[in-house]
Amino acid sequence: MTFYTAASVLAVVVAVLLDLLVWRTGLLRSRTFWATYAIVLFFQFIVNGILTGLKIVQYDPAVILGLRVFYAPVEDIGFGFALVTIVLSRWVKLGRKVRAGNLDADSPKTGTVKPGRRAAGPTDA
Amino acid sequence: MQQWTYALVLLGCLLCTLPLEFVFRARVYRRWTRALAAIAPVAAVFLVWDYLAVQAGWWWFDPAYVTGAFIGTLPVEEVSFFLVVPVCAILAYEGVRFVRPNWDRQRAADRATDEPV
Repeated sequence: MTFYTAASVLAVVVAVLLDLLVWRTGLLRSRTFWATYAIVLFFQFIVNGILTGLKIVQYDPAVILGLRVFYAPVEDIGFGFALVTIVLSRWVKLGRKVRAGNLDADSPKTGTVKPGRRAAGPTDA
Repeated sequence: MQQWTYALVLLGCLLCTLPLEFVFRARVYRRWTRALAAIAPVAAVFLVWDYLAVQAGWWWFDPAYVTGAFIGTLPVEEVSFFLVVPVCAILAYEGVRFVRPNWDRQRAADRATDEPV
Protein backbone atom coordinates (compact mmCIF):
# COMPACT_ATOMS: atom_id res chain seq x y z
CA MET A 1 0.00 0.00 0.00
CA THR A 2 1.36 3.38 -0.98
CA PHE A 3 1.13 6.56 1.03
CA TYR A 4 -1.49 7.83 -1.41
CA THR A 5 -3.62 4.73 -0.86
CA ALA A 6 -3.32 5.11 2.91
CA ALA A 7 -4.23 8.80 2.65
CA SER A 8 -7.37 7.87 0.72
CA VAL A 9 -8.50 5.50 3.47
CA LEU A 10 -7.60 8.10 6.09
CA ALA A 11 -9.69 10.72 4.26
CA VAL A 12 -12.75 8.46 4.50
CA VAL A 13 -12.14 7.84 8.22
CA VAL A 14 -11.69 11.57 8.91
CA ALA A 15 -14.88 12.41 7.01
CA VAL A 16 -16.90 9.84 8.95
CA LEU A 17 -15.45 10.93 12.30
CA LEU A 18 -16.04 14.63 11.59
CA ASP A 19 -19.71 13.97 10.99
CA LEU A 20 -20.21 11.45 13.81
CA LEU A 21 -18.19 13.21 16.50
CA VAL A 22 -17.79 16.88 15.62
CA TRP A 23 -20.79 18.14 13.66
CA ARG A 24 -23.08 15.23 14.61
CA THR A 25 -25.66 15.89 11.92
CA GLY A 26 -26.89 12.30 11.60
CA LEU A 27 -26.11 12.66 7.90
CA LEU A 28 -24.51 9.21 7.60
CA ARG A 29 -27.65 7.57 8.95
CA SER A 30 -29.92 9.43 6.56
CA ARG A 31 -31.34 7.88 3.42
CA THR A 32 -31.12 11.26 1.70
CA PHE A 33 -27.35 11.27 2.06
CA TRP A 34 -26.78 7.78 0.66
CA ALA A 35 -29.11 8.43 -2.27
CA THR A 36 -27.18 11.65 -2.92
CA TYR A 37 -23.87 9.83 -2.66
CA ALA A 38 -25.02 7.18 -5.15
CA ILE A 39 -25.87 9.94 -7.64
CA VAL A 40 -22.59 11.77 -7.00
CA LEU A 41 -20.56 8.57 -7.35
CA PHE A 42 -22.19 7.81 -10.70
CA PHE A 43 -21.20 11.23 -12.02
CA GLN A 44 -17.77 11.01 -10.40
CA PHE A 45 -17.11 7.91 -12.51
CA ILE A 46 -18.02 9.88 -15.64
CA VAL A 47 -16.11 13.08 -14.81
CA ASN A 48 -13.07 11.34 -13.33
CA GLY A 49 -13.18 8.88 -16.20
CA ILE A 50 -12.93 11.75 -18.69
CA LEU A 51 -10.15 13.49 -16.73
CA THR A 52 -8.03 10.36 -16.39
CA GLY A 53 -9.13 8.54 -19.56
CA LEU A 54 -8.14 11.48 -21.76
CA LYS A 55 -5.00 11.81 -19.62
CA ILE A 56 -5.83 15.38 -18.69
CA VAL A 57 -4.55 14.33 -15.28
CA GLN A 58 -1.78 11.74 -15.16
CA TYR A 59 -0.55 9.84 -12.13
CA ASP A 60 2.88 8.57 -11.20
CA PRO A 61 2.27 4.79 -11.25
CA ALA A 62 4.60 4.43 -8.26
CA VAL A 63 2.30 6.30 -5.86
CA ILE A 64 -1.01 4.63 -6.66
CA LEU A 65 -2.20 1.10 -5.99
CA GLY A 66 -2.68 0.55 -9.71
CA LEU A 67 -6.27 -0.63 -9.46
CA ARG A 68 -8.37 1.59 -11.70
CA VAL A 69 -12.12 2.04 -11.86
CA PHE A 70 -13.26 3.60 -15.14
CA TYR A 71 -9.65 4.77 -15.78
CA ALA A 72 -9.37 6.58 -12.44
CA PRO A 73 -7.23 5.28 -9.57
CA VAL A 74 -9.43 3.48 -7.03
CA GLU A 75 -8.08 5.85 -4.37
CA ASP A 76 -10.07 8.68 -5.92
CA ILE A 77 -13.28 7.07 -4.65
CA GLY A 78 -12.08 7.59 -1.08
CA PHE A 79 -11.06 11.21 -1.66
CA GLY A 80 -14.32 11.91 -3.48
CA PHE A 81 -16.35 10.42 -0.63
CA ALA A 82 -14.45 12.55 1.89
CA LEU A 83 -14.89 15.76 -0.11
CA VAL A 84 -18.63 15.28 -0.60
CA THR A 85 -19.34 13.98 2.91
CA ILE A 86 -17.47 16.73 4.75
CA VAL A 87 -19.06 19.47 2.63
CA LEU A 88 -22.59 18.05 3.07
CA SER A 89 -22.06 17.62 6.80
CA ARG A 90 -21.05 21.27 7.07
CA TRP A 91 -23.95 22.33 4.82
CA VAL A 92 -26.46 20.55 7.07
CA LYS A 93 -24.79 21.82 10.24
CA LEU A 94 -24.78 25.42 8.99
CA GLY A 95 -28.44 25.03 8.02
CA ARG A 96 -29.31 24.26 11.61
CA LYS A 97 -27.38 27.29 12.76
CA VAL A 98 -29.42 29.44 10.39
CA ARG A 99 -32.61 28.03 11.86
CA ALA A 100 -31.29 28.53 15.38
CA GLY A 101 -30.49 32.14 14.52
CA ASN A 102 -26.75 31.80 15.06
CA LEU A 103 -25.81 32.68 11.53
CA ASP A 104 -26.98 35.54 9.43
CA ALA A 105 -29.36 34.33 6.80
CA ASP A 106 -28.66 35.10 3.16
CA SER A 107 -31.85 37.02 2.71
CA PRO A 108 -34.95 37.80 4.72
CA LYS A 109 -36.85 35.18 2.74
CA THR A 110 -34.48 32.32 3.51
CA GLY A 111 -33.93 33.47 7.06
CA THR A 112 -37.39 32.59 8.20
CA VAL A 113 -38.34 28.96 7.85
CA LYS A 114 -41.90 28.36 6.90
CA PRO A 115 -43.50 25.15 8.12
CA GLY A 116 -43.31 22.46 5.50
CA ARG A 117 -40.79 20.22 3.87
CA ARG A 118 -37.98 22.75 3.96
CA ALA A 119 -38.01 22.79 7.74
CA ALA A 120 -37.10 19.11 8.04
CA GLY A 121 -33.43 18.16 8.10
CA PRO A 122 -32.02 14.63 8.36
CA THR A 123 -32.36 14.36 12.10
CA ASP A 124 -34.88 17.01 12.93
CA ALA A 125 -37.20 15.13 15.21
CA MET B 1 -10.30 24.19 -28.49
CA GLN B 2 -8.53 21.22 -26.91
CA GLN B 3 -7.06 23.36 -24.14
CA TRP B 4 -10.60 24.09 -22.98
CA THR B 5 -11.29 20.39 -22.30
CA TYR B 6 -10.89 20.45 -18.51
CA ALA B 7 -12.77 23.75 -18.26
CA LEU B 8 -15.62 22.39 -20.39
CA VAL B 9 -15.90 19.28 -18.20
CA LEU B 10 -16.44 21.56 -15.20
CA LEU B 11 -18.84 23.78 -17.13
CA GLY B 12 -20.75 20.63 -18.06
CA CYS B 13 -21.06 19.75 -14.36
CA LEU B 14 -22.44 23.19 -13.57
CA LEU B 15 -24.88 23.20 -16.49
CA CYS B 16 -26.16 19.68 -15.78
CA THR B 17 -26.88 20.49 -12.14
CA LEU B 18 -28.20 24.02 -12.70
CA PRO B 19 -31.84 22.90 -13.23
CA LEU B 20 -31.81 21.46 -9.69
CA GLU B 21 -31.56 25.00 -8.37
CA PHE B 22 -34.86 26.01 -9.95
CA VAL B 23 -36.83 22.90 -10.93
CA PHE B 24 -36.15 21.03 -7.66
CA ARG B 25 -35.87 24.26 -5.68
CA ALA B 26 -32.47 23.32 -4.27
CA ARG B 27 -31.72 27.03 -3.68
CA VAL B 28 -28.01 26.48 -3.20
CA TYR B 29 -26.81 29.44 -5.28
CA ARG B 30 -29.45 31.55 -3.63
CA ARG B 31 -27.98 30.63 -0.23
CA TRP B 32 -24.47 31.20 -1.53
CA THR B 33 -22.99 32.49 1.74
CA ARG B 34 -23.94 29.27 3.51
CA ALA B 35 -22.65 27.22 0.57
CA LEU B 36 -19.38 29.15 0.58
CA ALA B 37 -19.03 28.74 4.35
CA ALA B 38 -19.57 24.99 3.96
CA ILE B 39 -17.23 24.56 1.00
CA ALA B 40 -14.34 27.02 1.44
CA PRO B 41 -12.49 25.40 4.39
CA VAL B 42 -12.86 21.93 2.89
CA ALA B 43 -11.72 23.09 -0.55
CA ALA B 44 -8.74 24.84 1.07
CA VAL B 45 -7.55 21.62 2.74
CA PHE B 46 -7.97 19.60 -0.45
CA LEU B 47 -6.14 22.27 -2.46
CA VAL B 48 -3.17 22.24 -0.08
CA TRP B 49 -3.07 18.45 -0.45
CA ASP B 50 -3.37 18.77 -4.23
CA TYR B 51 -0.61 21.39 -4.32
CA LEU B 52 1.76 19.24 -2.25
CA ALA B 53 1.04 16.18 -4.42
CA VAL B 54 1.75 18.14 -7.61
CA GLN B 55 4.96 19.49 -6.06
CA ALA B 56 5.94 15.91 -5.19
CA GLY B 57 5.24 14.82 -8.75
CA TRP B 58 2.48 12.38 -7.81
CA TRP B 59 0.27 13.69 -10.57
CA TRP B 60 0.39 16.37 -13.22
CA PHE B 61 -1.78 18.00 -15.84
CA ASP B 62 -1.35 17.69 -19.59
CA PRO B 63 -0.75 21.26 -20.80
CA ALA B 64 -2.70 20.44 -23.97
CA TYR B 65 -5.97 20.17 -22.04
CA VAL B 66 -5.80 23.19 -19.73
CA THR B 67 -6.14 26.85 -20.62
CA GLY B 68 -2.75 27.75 -19.20
CA ALA B 69 -4.06 30.01 -16.44
CA PHE B 70 -2.51 28.98 -13.14
CA ILE B 71 -3.05 29.82 -9.50
CA GLY B 72 0.34 29.06 -8.04
CA THR B 73 1.32 25.77 -9.62
CA LEU B 74 -2.25 24.52 -10.02
CA PRO B 75 -4.24 25.09 -13.21
CA VAL B 76 -7.22 27.35 -12.56
CA GLU B 77 -9.42 24.41 -13.62
CA GLU B 78 -8.03 22.23 -10.83
CA VAL B 79 -8.72 24.95 -8.26
CA SER B 80 -12.24 25.34 -9.64
CA PHE B 81 -12.78 21.59 -9.40
CA PHE B 82 -12.88 21.79 -5.61
CA LEU B 83 -15.58 24.45 -5.75
CA VAL B 84 -17.63 23.01 -8.61
CA VAL B 85 -17.87 19.44 -7.30
CA PRO B 86 -19.08 20.42 -3.80
CA VAL B 87 -21.67 22.81 -5.31
CA CYS B 88 -22.96 19.97 -7.51
CA ALA B 89 -23.04 17.65 -4.48
CA ILE B 90 -25.09 20.10 -2.40
CA LEU B 91 -27.45 20.66 -5.34
CA ALA B 92 -27.90 16.89 -5.60
CA TYR B 93 -28.53 16.61 -1.86
CA GLU B 94 -31.15 19.36 -1.87
CA GLY B 95 -32.63 17.86 -5.03
CA VAL B 96 -33.05 14.48 -3.31
CA ARG B 97 -34.62 16.22 -0.31
CA PHE B 98 -37.08 17.95 -2.61
CA VAL B 99 -38.05 14.75 -4.45
CA ARG B 100 -38.20 12.59 -1.30
CA PRO B 101 -39.14 15.02 1.49
CA ASN B 102 -40.50 12.26 3.72
CA TRP B 103 -37.46 10.01 3.82
CA ASP B 104 -35.74 11.47 6.82
CA ARG B 105 -38.79 12.89 8.47
CA GLN B 106 -40.19 9.35 8.52
CA ARG B 107 -36.95 8.05 9.96
CA ALA B 108 -36.95 10.68 12.68
CA ALA B 109 -40.53 9.80 13.51
CA ASP B 110 -39.67 6.08 13.67
CA ARG B 111 -36.84 6.79 16.02
CA ALA B 112 -39.03 8.91 18.25
CA THR B 113 -41.48 6.04 18.70
CA ASP B 114 -38.61 3.62 19.38
CA GLU B 115 -37.42 5.63 22.33
CA PRO B 116 -38.41 4.25 25.74
CA VAL B 117 -41.20 6.10 27.44
